[in-house]
Amino acid sequence: MANVHNIIEVKCLSKIFNGTNAVKNISFSIESGELFGFLGPNGAGKTTTIRMLAGVLKPTDGTALIQGHDICSEALKSRAHIAVVPEEANVYLDLSVWQNIMLMADLYGIPRNQRTHKAVELLDALGLSNRRQHKARTLSKGLRQRLMLCAALVSEPEILFLDEPTSGLDVQSRQMIHKIIRKLNGDGLTIFLTTHNMEEAEKLCSRVAIINEGKISAIDTPDRLRSAIQARQYVEVVFSDKKLSAQDVKTLSGVSSVDSTDNFMRAYTETPGKTATEIACLAKSRDIKIEQFGTRKPSLQEVFLYFTNHDKKAAIQ
Amino acid sequence: MTVYVENTNSWRFQVHGTFVILRKNILLYYLKPPVLIFGVLFPVFFFLAFKMGRPITPENIVPGMVAMALWFTASSVGPLVTPWERRAKTYERLIATPVSLQAIIAGDILSGVIFGACLSIVPVILGLILTDAAVDNLLFLIMGIIFGAVSFSSLGVLLAAPPASSPSNIMLLSNLVRLPLLFVSGIFIPISQMPFWARWIAPISPLSYAGDLVRASFGQSGYFPLWLSPLMLVIFTAALMLGAYIFHRRWRAKGL
Repeated sequence: MANVHNIIEVKCLSKIFNGTNAVKNISFSIESGELFGFLGPNGAGKTTTIRMLAGVLKPTDGTALIQGHDICSEALKSRAHIAVVPEEANVYLDLSVWQNIMLMADLYGIPRNQRTHKAVELLDALGLSNRRQHKARTLSKGLRQRLMLCAALVSEPEILFLDEPTSGLDVQSRQMIHKIIRKLNGDGLTIFLTTHNMEEAEKLCSRVAIINEGKISAIDTPDRLRSAIQARQYVEVVFSDKKLSAQDVKTLSGVSSVDSTDNFMRAYTETPGKTATEIACLAKSRDIKIEQFGTRKPSLQEVFLYFTNHDKKAAIQ
Repeated sequence: MTVYVENTNSWRFQVHGTFVILRKNILLYYLKPPVLIFGVLFPVFFFLAFKMGRPITPENIVPGMVAMALWFTASSVGPLVTPWERRAKTYERLIATPVSLQAIIAGDILSGVIFGACLSIVPVILGLILTDAAVDNLLFLIMGIIFGAVSFSSLGVLLAAPPASSPSNIMLLSNLVRLPLLFVSGIFIPISQMPFWARWIAPISPLSYAGDLVRASFGQSGYFPLWLSPLMLVIFTAALMLGAYIFHRRWRAKGL
């Protein structure tokens, strides 16, 4: 059995910039081998959190342990276990692909023979072998992102922090990066991924935290988060000509709200199976034909919107 | 997964980091236009402006030229590296590595020292070949160049600390500091012949002491006692390095 332990433990971490509380007293832990998603809208505190964990920013309060090393009092030791691919960071454009990788390997103190071997392996795996002598300046954004991954992975980190790794990439590059992330995680690498792309988080992450306005609103597996908002499950119906009125459907037991446009209707319910049967019976009794019918759990995007809007409503109240 | 260096706090690992930073800076920044303009062209044109039409024997100019070349070259690398890396978005990755901020700063200072020391040899050689100037005391020359280079390079790195949106803003700041100090440090006019107020300012410039040492190495008399110049350069270096560390630490995450 794999040795699973908390590789990251965040304890009451806060960051205040010029009176603005960017991260507010957040706590969570990540097990080794997890692919952990950190979701939030722009300005929610994702990058600030990653920067604190990477030792770039000093927390205003609280701390975190990375592989047992305190990010404040043992910053250099904790940084030896991680590699970071920041959102806006870049490679050294005037260095070649090979020089960029060697530089990062050298900064982590990797012996020469091992770094060469590892770099060759990574260039092969990430499809950059034929460009090793090319200046980074000549690479496309997608290739630069792959080079950044190579440079991050050459030190064989235990934890990889990826801050919006596919932001601004085309579909092919994004899929390639997703494939690489999955492979790395499959090989046992712990990955901390920040994103505001719900589809990406849903595809990749085994567990996600939703951060909003500096606070963690929810943290769990995507499935459990969906289940946590039972009332956001729904039944979708497309009627062929006539349709049931929203008022009729709203009276059915378990239905919390109904959205209706043209011949389409969506009924939010905690019991989608039962509601679906009731809608079908009601339609049949009124001789209304149904073209399409389906029940759905909320997507992670809906979970995300639910939690972020819920926070806003709570704040207003 | 392997952690190659368990003890990243060890001096050996951090010294290694300093040399990696040095190598990176040599590869990336020695031939950047701002370094060549402010570090190489500036002293050449100052020399021409200083020499032309003045009744000074060429051998008397050589020590001042060496000190001026050292001043501009050693202090020109530092103000470029950090602002350039901030703008190119490479700085954040660098400071997230296990190499300490002190080691990064030391690497930047060392880059300026090597650049300055190597290029200031050029006016020494030209002076020895083309004029009647002769080195009387090689030790003073070496001390002047080395101590001066470390001190001036530390000043350059200190000036690179403010989080500027563009490297040109830092270059402007560095010239606002370097040019006035050049004129009060006895390079063009001996300190003893400068106005009263300038003689009061001269001691707060590290260039005054390096210039005095270089002048002494060519057998010319200086303004300060000979023992004072190396001591003051060491004190300046310590203060500038400390200042560089404090301000880089304070502003390192600003403007990322």
